[in-house]
Amino acid sequence: MTMIEALRDALDVSMARDDRVIVFGEDVGYFGGVFRVTAGLQQKYGHDRCFDTPINESGIVGAAIGMAAWGLRPCVEIQFADYVYPGFDQIVSEAARLRYRSNGDFTAPLVLRMPSGGGIFGGQTHSQSPEALFTHVAGLKTVVVSNPYDAKGLLIAAIEDPDPVIFFEPKRLYNGPFEGHPERPVTPWSKHPLGDVPSGHYTVPLGQAALRRAGNAVTVLAWGTMVHVSITAAEETGVDAEVIDLRTLVPLDLDAIVTSVERTGRCVIVHEATLTSGFGAELAALVQEHCFYRLEAPIRRVAGWDTPYPHVHEWEYFPGPARVGRALLDVLED
Amino acid sequence: MTESARLRFHVPEPAVRPGDPPDFSNVKIAAAGAVDRPPVDVDAESIREHAYSIIRVLDRQGNAVGPWAGLLDDSQLIAGLRDMLMLRALDVRALMAQRQGKISFYLQHMGEEAVSCAFRKAQRRGDMNFPTYRQAGLLIADGYPIFDMLCQIYSNERDPLKGRQMPVLYSVRAHDFFSLSGNLGTQFPQAVGWAMASAIRGDTGVAAGWIGDGSTAESDFHAALVFASTYRAPVVLNIVNNQWAISTFQGIARGGSGTFAARGLGFGLPALRVDGNDYLAVHAVASWAIERARRNGGPTLIEHVTYRVGAHSSSDDPAAYRPKTESDAWPLGDPVIRLKNHLIVRGVRSEERHRALEEEVMAEVIAAQREAERHGTLHAGGKPSTRDMFEGVYETMPPHLRRQRQQAGV
Repeated sequence: MTMIEALRDALDVSMARDDRVIVFGEDVGYFGGVFRVTAGLQQKYGHDRCFDTPINESGIVGAAIGMAAWGLRPCVEIQFADYVYPGFDQIVSEAARLRYRSNGDFTAPLVLRMPSGGGIFGGQTHSQSPEALFTHVAGLKTVVVSNPYDAKGLLIAAIEDPDPVIFFEPKRLYNGPFEGHPERPVTPWSKHPLGDVPSGHYTVPLGQAALRRAGNAVTVLAWGTMVHVSITAAEETGVDAEVIDLRTLVPLDLDAIVTSVERTGRCVIVHEATLTSGFGAELAALVQEHCFYRLEAPIRRVAGWDTPYPHVHEWEYFPGPARVGRALLDVLED
Repeated sequence: MTESARLRFHVPEPAVRPGDPPDFSNVKIAAAGAVDRPPVDVDAESIREHAYSIIRVLDRQGNAVGPWAGLLDDSQLIAGLRDMLMLRALDVRALMAQRQGKISFYLQHMGEEAVSCAFRKAQRRGDMNFPTYRQAGLLIADGYPIFDMLCQIYSNERDPLKGRQMPVLYSVRAHDFFSLSGNLGTQFPQAVGWAMASAIRGDTGVAAGWIGDGSTAESDFHAALVFASTYRAPVVLNIVNNQWAISTFQGIARGGSGTFAARGLGFGLPALRVDGNDYLAVHAVASWAIERARRNGGPTLIEHVTYRVGAHSSSDDPAAYRPKTESDAWPLGDPVIRLKNHLIVRGVRSEERHRALEEEVMAEVIAAQREAERHGTLHAGGKPSTRDMFEGVYETMPPHLRRQRQQAGV
């Protein structure tokens, strides 16, 4: 199953189980979404449960908050993560704080799904990975998926979660585990073990990281597309790297990180988002706070450069296997 | 080819500034009873002129006149007067507490009491309000205890919100009062979303959104109107035009538009302007709009034309930006005096009984205040537990917050 199919299956399962689950966003109704994630849902569940919205993200998120406060479970699609900013005030000032400020009188159990990341020549407005902005906001949970199995289980868990969840879908992973070599064809998910998606209901709990590659020399912390790029880099360099897919940035599985870094003594953090104040900075701080006396080398970060996502220089910007591999080799020499 | 003129930049200015005599010649006031009352299922296109006039019921002599009159009986009107006096007394006492340093901040309602007090009486239980900070009358008119409001204002040990919010940013689901944000305009699309949910689930509740004249400039105002219009949501969208956004006169938000109500016309919404200082008119117009929504007629935009007699908040002095006597010159008078005069005309009140009611209400508020202060004020006495500071960010406390609470030693 592709990640798109897995996400659609998660929505389908959730809508069938709970009639409070409502799906809406730009082009998601009749057409089924620009990436086809919601295809068929309007036909199956009707206009009341799956519908198109005006192009207005503050209206989409604001309406979702009102619906969630009423008692529904809105699962909204923001067409591209790059488009979420008009809804930012509603997310930060309203959804995130509603439970706290009302002492539980009102809550906003909603999910904002959004395709993120580059690799499709989307330029600066269809390529961003703005997850760090949301991890900085108390009251939000932030998820970044890396494969179809998780995508379904995490999306169902997010929909059932009592708090607002920002749910990133790296679009370059929709059709296969992209390894970071744009010149090579992508292996389809059907040939990958994590493309084997069970039917029916299951969840992947928020707040649990997953070990994707066992190793002893260095711990790589990654999420989304960078999980696959990091595995590729380890294989190409022959470095005995342990790759941890964080899956959820908030709440964070700190135990999994600390356990691994204490064993390997080295840590490389990889994300596609820009470097400065990226979530890697938070992770680096946490690793040194918790593992300082076990570290054998400085923590290294590999990330997108601190520029807007450049259209034609996409692959010079993207932290691909070559850059990650160099960091793996360097950290062993430190 | 025409000669190009040098371009000029335009910044609107109010007609008068401090030191000038007040001037409301630009506020066109229709006579009480002059505006017709269309059937609630009227086509919005056919009542476009209602966005430019002002629906009024009480005339200068205190009579209730015209097609919007006749909905409320003596006891309902007396109860309405009592609600407004209660709100006014709460404001007086809370402002005093602010000056004494017992609370951090306060926002009063002086002059605008009729808007929220009358509106609530047109709603039913289950009709959710998404208010701004100047609609506490929604709570008072619904019987929410003054004691609880004061405990919130004091952030004391009995504050239902555990001291997490600034004064007056109440949240009372049981009284159909959505959690107040403090950010402006955000609650407007939320009200529409709530109404959409009500319709999606085939419920009966009609939502009410609230926004000030200044905040209609926010994008969320536009967002709310688009969504309300598109989905014909059962929502009443209220603009409270009190003429002033802190120090900024309403022309800065309104721009070249004739009225704020007229903003609704482009969205195909029925848009009504009402005398916000006329308890009967607010109630009648609210009832019309709620009835329309309840019958699947969709949203209505209401502009309540009123005047903010006091300062914006306890932190500003209006003498710095408008003539000192401007409030005395406001042509729509005072909502409390106007309703009192109407009750005298109806023969069910006298000046003496009114004074007695004022005293009774003030005594009630003072008693509630004494009781609230026994549970603490901002800097003294009972306070919500510091341990609670870490609760309620999420339903279940995640590990990083548990670690931080431990670090805080609470």
